[in-house]
Amino acid sequence: MGINNIWVFAQQANGAPTTGTLELLAKARALGGNVSAWFGGDASAIAGALGEHGAAKVFATGDLAGALPGVAVASAMKAVIDGGESPDLVMFPQNYEGRDVMSRLSVKLDRTVITNNTDITVSGDTVTVTTPIFGGNTLVNTSFTGSAPYLAAFRPKSFVAEAAGGAAAEVVAAPVPDLGSTAGAVVTAVHVEETTGPKLDEADVVVAGGRGLGESDKFELIESLAKTLKGAPGASRAIVDAGWVPYSYQVGQTGKVVKPKVYIAAGISGATQHMVGMKGSKNIIAINKDKEAPIFGVADLGIIGDVHKVLPKLIEALKARG
Amino acid sequence: MNVIVCVKQIPDPASPGELDPSTNQLKRDGKLILDESDSYGVEMALQLVDAAGGGEVSIISMAPNGEMSGMRTALAMGAVKGVLVSDPALAGSDALTTAKVLAGAVQTLGGADLVIAGTESSDGYTGTVPEQMAELLGLPSVTFAKSVKVDGGALKVSRQTEEGFDEVTCPLPALISVTAGVVEPRYPSFKGIMAAKSKPVDTKTAADLGVTAAGWAGAQQAIVEVAQAAARQAGEVIEDDGETFNKIVEFLDGLKVI
Repeated sequence: MGINNIWVFAQQANGAPTTGTLELLAKARALGGNVSAWFGGDASAIAGALGEHGAAKVFATGDLAGALPGVAVASAMKAVIDGGESPDLVMFPQNYEGRDVMSRLSVKLDRTVITNNTDITVSGDTVTVTTPIFGGNTLVNTSFTGSAPYLAAFRPKSFVAEAAGGAAAEVVAAPVPDLGSTAGAVVTAVHVEETTGPKLDEADVVVAGGRGLGESDKFELIESLAKTLKGAPGASRAIVDAGWVPYSYQVGQTGKVVKPKVYIAAGISGATQHMVGMKGSKNIIAINKDKEAPIFGVADLGIIGDVHKVLPKLIEALKARG
Repeated sequence: MNVIVCVKQIPDPASPGELDPSTNQLKRDGKLILDESDSYGVEMALQLVDAAGGGEVSIISMAPNGEMSGMRTALAMGAVKGVLVSDPALAGSDALTTAKVLAGAVQTLGGADLVIAGTESSDGYTGTVPEQMAELLGLPSVTFAKSVKVDGGALKVSRQTEEGFDEVTCPLPALISVTAGVVEPRYPSFKGIMAAKSKPVDTKTAADLGVTAAGWAGAQQAIVEVAQAAARQAGEVIEDDGETFNKIVEFLDGLKVI
């Protein structure tokens, strides 16, 4: 027995599969068995890349005409399962679309879901996932005890994407059945927030600010330092909730997971919610007035001081170096 | 317009979380408070009902030991009634069972034009319950709503995305999950707090709602191991004397990022 068929929920950005998709495909391949991708839309543009990363085929719903993918893709999955082609494991990325599809499918199949995982192991018939809790200080291993399909969602950067060099995935049409009373949520306009510089989750250097900045105008210090270091600015949940910066800046459990070469936390105390998103950074510098701040427990270099004093001098010194 | 808001009552996030060593379950036996991320949903519901010019806001919750102190906060804000599902058999429930229980609670209230939930709780953060409830109730849904209006019988939602936001329309009845910051939650007035004490809260068991495979027995998962992650070593911590920026420059220089 074991795991013979694995489905991976795939997403695309700018005509290519997302890094998260490729990470899941790499792990699915490592677990063995047949790997298929699932895509809400027309998969012709990404079938090549999906194949290269180990998907033998990709089930594609075809154009969703703006419908939110959650109920649409889950219903298409259910139809294929009812048609007799059932997976043992379905892997989802821990993000908006992944969560929506997984939740809908969970009810349709009456199967549990285990979210926020960072690893998965298969031993015989037992599938076990690892979930970090309490800000990553504690790891919980949970086994599925019901019957397959097992549904699991994984945090970004849990696995390393790697091409396997396979042929293009075969595109299999998996149309969306009639959604009945659950239909009707439709996207009418898409807004992309303009960002300059490297993307937050891909930058080598991330400079993040928190409540210690005192007021929203002072976020300028964070942006200026990030720009000087050719890095990306980030933020704690506290100042995103306060409306100082958009959600796309948020680092943490409910925001982005970052693993840059250097992470500079300025005026961030280090709440569990934040630590989950940045503890994997290779080097951490923290500046905070409160010497008891938990962030100092993970910092390679900690400065007990006022960000309003340290940051301007630091920016000036870095600029002077050119 | 009638709105039902799902509220979770959680251990105070200010005190550190702890697992019960015998069950590996998050300890939730102390006094529980209203999850801050649900106060946004309550506020949103009150504003939508106000804008609609009629209707009421009800709240539903699942919690151990008949706990309703967090629900009282939502009632003090202006919700008119509540349903609490409290049943020892529900301890250890997975997200799917929780969704079944809450969907059952929605049905005991006779449904609503709109069901509102947070995007994820602050203590367990599985993040799937709202969408699972929508499927159980046969409703369309919009998750991660950062602004919500009702216009001509349909929802107009700004939905958070990785790159920005989408404008989404959705017919009613529907379910939405709202992000923190969607609205500014009001503080309960003294009058509200006094009035909340006598507002009706109907207490139900899992069996009352027809949910049978409850708790550990119903969960299709079992925790097999709990381990401490390799701890990150703290490095050098120094007090700023006006010159510590040089230490940061040296550190960055050593890493060759400048």
